[in-house]
Formats: sequence, C-alpha cells, structure tokens
Amino acid sequence: MAEPLLEIKDLRVEFDTRDGVATVIDGLDISLYPGEILGIVGESGCGKSMTALSIMRLVPVPPGRIAKGTIRLDGEDLLQVSEKRMRGVRGNAISMIFQEPMTSLNPVFSVGDQIAETILLHEGGSKRAAWQRAVEMLDAVGIPVPEVRAREYPHQMSGGMRQRVMIAMALACQPRVLIADEPTTALDVTVQAQIFDLLKDLQKKTGAVIVLITHDMGAIAEMAQRVVVMYAGRKVEDGPVDEILTNPKHPYTTGLIGCVPHLSADPSEERVPLTDIPGVVPPMTRLGQGCPFAPRCSEAMDKCRLEMPTQSVVGEDHRVSCWLIENDGP
Amino acid sequence: MTEETLLSIENLKVHFPLKTRGFSAPKSFVHAVDGIDLKIAKGKTFGIVGESGSGKTTTALAVMRLVPITSGAITLGDQRLDRLEGEELRRARRHMQIIFQDPYSSLNPRVRAGAIVREPMDLMDVGEKSEREDLVAELFRQVGLRPEQQALFPHQFSGGQRQRIGVARALASQPDLVVCDEPVSALDVAIQAQIINLLRKLQAELGLTYLFISHDLGVVQYICDDIAVMYLGKIVEMGDRISLFKEPLHPYTWALLSAVPSADPALRDRADRIRLQGDPPSPIDPPPGCGFASRCPFSQALCTMEAPQLRTIRTGHSVACHFVSDDGVPPQRKI
Amino acid sequence: MGRNDMSEQANSQIQAASPSFETEVDILTIEHPLREAARMFARNKAAVGGLILLVGILILTLVVPFFYTVDPFDLVWAPLSPPGTENAPFGTDYLGRDILAGIVHGGSATLAVGASAALLAVVIGLSVGSLAGYYGGWVDEVLMRITEFFQVLPTLLFAMVIVALFRPSVATVAFAIGVVSWTAVARLARSEFLRIRSLDYIKAARSISSSNRRIIWLVILPNAMPPLVVQATLAVGGAILFEAGLSFLGLSDPNVMSWGFMIGSSRDYLMDAWWTVTIPGIFIFLTVLSVSLIGDGLNDATNPKLRER
Repeated sequence: MAEPLLEIKDLRVEFDTRDGVATVIDGLDISLYPGEILGIVGESGCGKSMTALSIMRLVPVPPGRIAKGTIRLDGEDLLQVSEKRMRGVRGNAISMIFQEPMTSLNPVFSVGDQIAETILLHEGGSKRAAWQRAVEMLDAVGIPVPEVRAREYPHQMSGGMRQRVMIAMALACQPRVLIADEPTTALDVTVQAQIFDLLKDLQKKTGAVIVLITHDMGAIAEMAQRVVVMYAGRKVEDGPVDEILTNPKHPYTTGLIGCVPHLSADPSEERVPLTDIPGVVPPMTRLGQGCPFAPRCSEAMDKCRLEMPTQSVVGEDHRVSCWLIENDGP
Repeated sequence: MTEETLLSIENLKVHFPLKTRGFSAPKSFVHAVDGIDLKIAKGKTFGIVGESGSGKTTTALAVMRLVPITSGAITLGDQRLDRLEGEELRRARRHMQIIFQDPYSSLNPRVRAGAIVREPMDLMDVGEKSEREDLVAELFRQVGLRPEQQALFPHQFSGGQRQRIGVARALASQPDLVVCDEPVSALDVAIQAQIINLLRKLQAELGLTYLFISHDLGVVQYICDDIAVMYLGKIVEMGDRISLFKEPLHPYTWALLSAVPSADPALRDRADRIRLQGDPPSPIDPPPGCGFASRCPFSQALCTMEAPQLRTIRTGHSVACHFVSDDGVPPQRKI
Repeated sequence: MGRNDMSEQANSQIQAASPSFETEVDILTIEHPLREAARMFARNKAAVGGLILLVGILILTLVVPFFYTVDPFDLVWAPLSPPGTENAPFGTDYLGRDILAGIVHGGSATLAVGASAALLAVVIGLSVGSLAGYYGGWVDEVLMRITEFFQVLPTLLFAMVIVALFRPSVATVAFAIGVVSWTAVARLARSEFLRIRSLDYIKAARSISSSNRRIIWLVILPNAMPPLVVQATLAVGGAILFEAGLSFLGLSDPNVMSWGFMIGSSRDYLMDAWWTVTIPGIFIFLTVLSVSLIGDGLNDATNPKLRER
C-alpha cells in the first residue's frame, strides 16, 4: 500500500471536567491515503468531531489537551509545530467544513469577500486576483451566475447554497485534506445528494483526501471507500466499506447498521424489529477498565468488562477490537 | 377490506400572512398547506413525507388545532375539529395528542418528569384523581422509564429518555390519534431505533393511530402503512407502503428515493436515479401550475400552466402529475 | 475586519463539537434547580460580598433604629460639628441634627422607596411586556407604542411633575419613579415571552388544553424569570439613585428623613462640611453597589451556559 498522506498514531485527548479527567479519545490510529474518501462513523459523543478538531489542532485548551500521540502530515508532526506554522496549515493544507454553514459564515461580509479573504490570507497576491479566484471557486461548486452571487450575503442564500460556499472556501487554497463534519445534516435530502455528488466530483478533480464524518451508514456506503467506526473515543473497527457493510465483526458496527431502517426498493409486508442498542454512550469520565461498549453489548462476557480488547486483523485491511473475535479466531 | 376511518382531512388550506409592519393588511401569504385531502384508518400509521417547506409539519399542527386553519374540514371520529372553539375544543383535545421533534424544547425545563406526564390528566379530567398517580407510574413503565425517575427534571435525562417522557405525556390522556412530528430525527441513530420500536410496541398494545411526519424515507417506509408525499403544500402522491416504494409514480417521489444515500448496492447503482437541481421553491405566493415544474426533469409547457389533480391510478395509489399515464407508467420510465 | 482564518470560523463549532458528558441519571442524587442556582451564586465571590453588604445595610436600617433611638430631626449638638464629636459620631448638619441618627433612621425610607418603585416598575413592565409578547399582533403594536411613549419622556422632568402635582410623600415619590422606569422591564419581558412562546413546550401545553392564563403565568413566566429577576435588582438600584436625585432637588417629603433628603438639605454646605453630604452619599453608593453585585450574581446563577464549568 502507498505511503499514508496523514497518519494519526496513538492519539489521546483528555478533558478536565467537574467529575475528573475524561479521556475523550484514546489510542486512536487512523491513516489517510492519497486519493481516498475515508468515513468516520459513530453516535454523537463518540469522538468523531474531536478527532477532526485534533487534526486541525483546534481542541479547546483548557479544558482539553492532546495528551499523547502524533499526527503526521507528510512526515511532519502537526502536534509539535508552532502555532504560527499551524495557522499556515489550517485552511491551506487541511481545511474543514461544518454542519451548520450559517454559523460558520460571517453575516456582515459578502460570500465573495470571505472566500477572497481566505485566499489573500494564505497565498497573498492582489485583491482583484483573489476576487477572481473566489468567483471561479463559486463556479466550481456549482453556484449559478457566480459573479452575481459572490456579492450576496450568507442570509440571502439557501442552506444548500451556503454549504456550497463553505466548500468553495475550504477548497480555495487547494487543500490536501478536506474534513467534512456532518456536512449535510442540516440539509434536505435532495440537496444532500447534490452536495455529495459535488464532493465526489471535486475529490476526483483535485485529488484531495476527504474525511467524511457522519452518523449515517448510508452516506458512508455512498461516499467512502474505507470506514472507521468509533465508539466512546476508541476505534472499534475499520476496513473497506463494502467489507464492513456486508461482514461487520464488532457488535457495535452490527448495531449501527441494523438500527436504522434502510430504504429498500422492494419492501416486504413483514417488518422485523430494528436492532436496539440499549442505553446511551457512557459519560467519558466513567469509563471503566474494560471495553466501553460492554454495558450496551448483548454479547458481552466477563472478560469484556475487565480488560480493554486488543486489535485483531480479520481480513485485508480490516481490523476490529473485540474479545469475541479473539475467542473465535479470525 | 373496509377500514374504519379515524381522521379525514378535506381540502385543508393553511395560509399564513407574511409579517408586515404596522396595521396595514398583509399582501403576501405563505401557502404552507394548499388544499390537501387524506383519510387515516383506525389503528394504522399514516406517513407524510417531504422536504422543508413542504407543509408536512403545518398539516400536523393544523390537525392538532395549533395553527389557524384557513379553510377545509378536519374530522376526527364524528367530530369536526375545525369547527370547535373554546370549551368544546379543550374537551376534544384529549382525543388527539402530539409528539414533538425536539426533545429538548418540548419539555418545560422547570417541571419534574412526573408532573409533565400527570398534567394532561389533571387538565383534561382523565381517570379518578386517586388513580392518576398509578396511571403515571404505569405510563413510565410502558415507555421504558423507571417510575422513580418521576422526580427528575428534564435536563437530567438523555435525549432518548426525554423523548420517552414526550411519548408518555402524549399517551396520558388516552388519545385515539397521536401526531408524531419528526419524533426521531433529532435523536442519535441508535436511539432512533429505540423510539421507533417503542412507538410500534405501543401501537400494537393500545391500538393507536399515528399521523407520522418525517423527512426520512427509510423511517417512513419502515413504520408507515400509508404514505403521502408532499411538495410545496400539496400532496403529489399517496399510496400504501408497498405500492408507493415499489412503483413510485411521481417524478418527485422518484427523485426523493434516488437522493437517499443507501447501503443497498442494488439501489445505489440503479442507472435511472435522477438528481434534482436547486432547492425547493419558496411557498410564498406559489406559481400557478404544478409546484414541482421548476425542478422537474420531465416538465413541459402544460405543467407551468395547469395544476395537476390527484387521481387514482390503482387501488390505494394516486398521483398528481400530468404525465403519469392512466395505466400507471410514470415519466421516468418512458425515456 | 473579521479575518476568515479557519480557527475563527471554527470557534463557534468547537463548543458544539465538544464531547457530551450527558449521563443517564441512575442515582437520585439530583439537585433542585434552586439549589443549583444557589451553588452557582455562591461561586461568584463579588455577589456573595454584595449579599453580605446588603444584609448589613438592612440590619443597620431595620434593627439598629430600635437601639439607637436619637430622633434624626432633634437638634443634638452645635451645627456642622465634624465627625468624632461627642454624642454625634458622624457629626451634625447645618441645624445641629445627628447625622448618624439620619443614616440609621433615614435608610428605611430610602430602601422603601427603592423597593416599592422597583416593584411597581416590575409589575407594570411585566404586565405590558408579557401581554405584548404573548398575544403579539395588534395588542403588541398598541402596547409597544405606549412603551415607546414612556421611553422618550424625559424621566426626571416627568417624575418631578408627578411629585409636584401630588405633594411629595414616600408613596408619591415611589409612584413617580416606578411610572417612569418600567419600560426596560417591559421590553425584556416582551422579548422573553416572544422567545418562549415559540418553543415546543408551549405547543405541548396548548395541546393538553391549558388556558392562556395558565400558559402565561404558570408555564412561560417561571421560565422567563431569571433575566427579569436580574432586571428587577438593577431597577432597585436605579430607583434608589432616582430618589436621591429627586430629594437633592428638594422633591421629597420634608417630614420623613431619608438619605437623599439629607444630601438635598445639606447641599449648600458641601464645601464647608463635607461629611453632611458625603456620609449619606457613601451609604447610597454601598446600597446600590450591593444590589448590583447581587443582580450580577443572580445573572450567573440563572445562566445555564455558565454551568458545568
């Protein structure tokens, strides 16, 4: 396999809370290879967004801190570089789009100004050239009559248009990694489809690696080649999307796939009850010694509650952390 | 098979005046719901699906008499809900209850969970006073909470548990009809399944009738028996779940189905998926003709001039599109 | 100029992305909201200081008069005696009246005017604001026009007119101050009612047959209370200052001793006998300060955003 473009190794993020230290990410390894779309999936509070913020080095300090690990972009450890260097990385080599485009855009500047500003900030050049580029970017993300829309303000646009603007801004400096954190959650399904098409299209054209953070297995299936399933700040399973969807090994992955009613082209009369994952993601301050999923897992054994499972390789590029696998063998 | 109709809606219209300053009469109206007809059979789940601005939530609120009705008839059992006012309306309310989307804003943060569930009984005289304490405890058990959790305040529950309190409140007055307005879309995926299973279990136990509003086609396909697809305040297609999803007729229904990201490779790789351009148009002073014409890949001159009427293609399946042939060949199949 | 650095854009999102520490509450170690508020209040040291100060002032003006029985209108010593004089530890004013007696016996009038004026302002403001916010439409239009009318009135002048028309007494002064200072409460109440009215739990209340009266008083009001309580404490401080201002201009009951009256009657001697004006001034200052600090603490205590920190 090719050299990873971005490599997270043994990442650990801690937060100070009233109830003590919460380890919100622990022992996380993720590699991003050139030209791929990687999905990160899990419930809210599973550390998906925190992973993204760690890559951008935007974990709020305090109360948070990155306690351990490395995040290497082309061999350079982003956790060690100066804040000044990091500002050059953010929005330039790595950029990010968020769930709610309205709060991420500044309401008092036109969208063209905001994109041009980003370009000026990272690449310099003349104002006129930056504006020209901004209009080109709006055109690239499928905004009709971009030279007119560039003069509009965020509130004059629909949710889908604003998300396109966010994407244009994120791609303005030709990033090598684009992190999309639930980019379509606030959008209608027909608009979501447009944004997904756009992201796939741009990925092919620019070659940027896209990290898609979502709770929707359908979106993962549609978009990504590889997927990382996270639970309570730990990676529980990762592998190729088709493999994970058809042959999930971790009970949490199975639960995530089975708990949503998937749209079917040929619905049957009979409706089986949905897989029920009881309870909620545990508070990060109260994780015990064992597997964090054990309290919600229907197949938990004594060992699961006492000891953190180790990672086993179960297929080509398919890894899972679960004692059930250890017992059965791969 | 004849089924007893619990709720019927005839030519319902809900138009909101646009906000204007001062005392002058408003000139523009939001046509949130623009003439819909539907019937819900007792004990069944009727789904309304659509995007934002389609009028699905307004329909739900109109049935609950929580928004002013412009015109049309809503009949629950043998009672004309749209004509009730004052004390009569207050008495009728116990027969219809609602579950809201957001479990955070739908519970009064200053009231304990037990009191939230008990309040409807006190206000609408459900059961004997002495029984109510037991009824509340029983409801807590039914929705999967522990009776001793009655003493907690809403912020001490998780989102899923809060939604369970919302369900218990809706059931407190022993209603016939429960309106579910996107009851799971604000919840985490794993929690959605818990609530959907709970709603199904309660329906089986109590014989409830649901009006289920959702934008999630997967959820609607799973939980609903009959489904109406709304676009811009109108029903564009209506049918039972098998017929509607197997053979969608309206191009909009087809576009919606095409847009859902799917884990099913068969569905994902279909060559005839269509992609819509742009966003749904604004429901302020909608154009004459078919509301979908501006985004429809098959629209022709006729579509922008004349609004298509809902017509029955086969038993239990009707569509409002000029170009669906009478034997049920939709435009997306013709090319 | 707002720079579009990624980190700035991200700031608002970081809060949202922070891990949730939401727990399933299993144990009944629950905290009543009032108790939680008390804990948050106790964390604001300045507010606790303000509370202690206010309690001290209340003891001084309500309890001490029973022990220090010198009549504040009696002439006890030579006029304009400085502080430290025998029989008059705070000195005497231009007529030889005991300033300590004035402070002790005059405080209750000042506090009474402040509290009742603030109460009146809250009652008027809350009634107007809640009706306007809840019903909206033409009710809102009419009530807000009236509010605007009162807002643009020159308050001091208007209050002077009222007091002059009905001869100065504690009641008329309190009334005049209340009538000119309710608009801020009304605006705040209206915006709170507007906000809460659109929440789902109000729809829920209507769908379980709650009457409008019940919704306004038992559902919305308790939820709108926190900012209104803060506003009310600030109104008390404002009213005390207002009373002092009116007294300074000679518009207060000449038969009732109050701190403002002391300042007003001695204003000509400011240059010769600083203590006659400064000492009551300090007490007014301390009272207003304590009330403001408490208001600030209440704001902290009832602001959910500050919790969990």
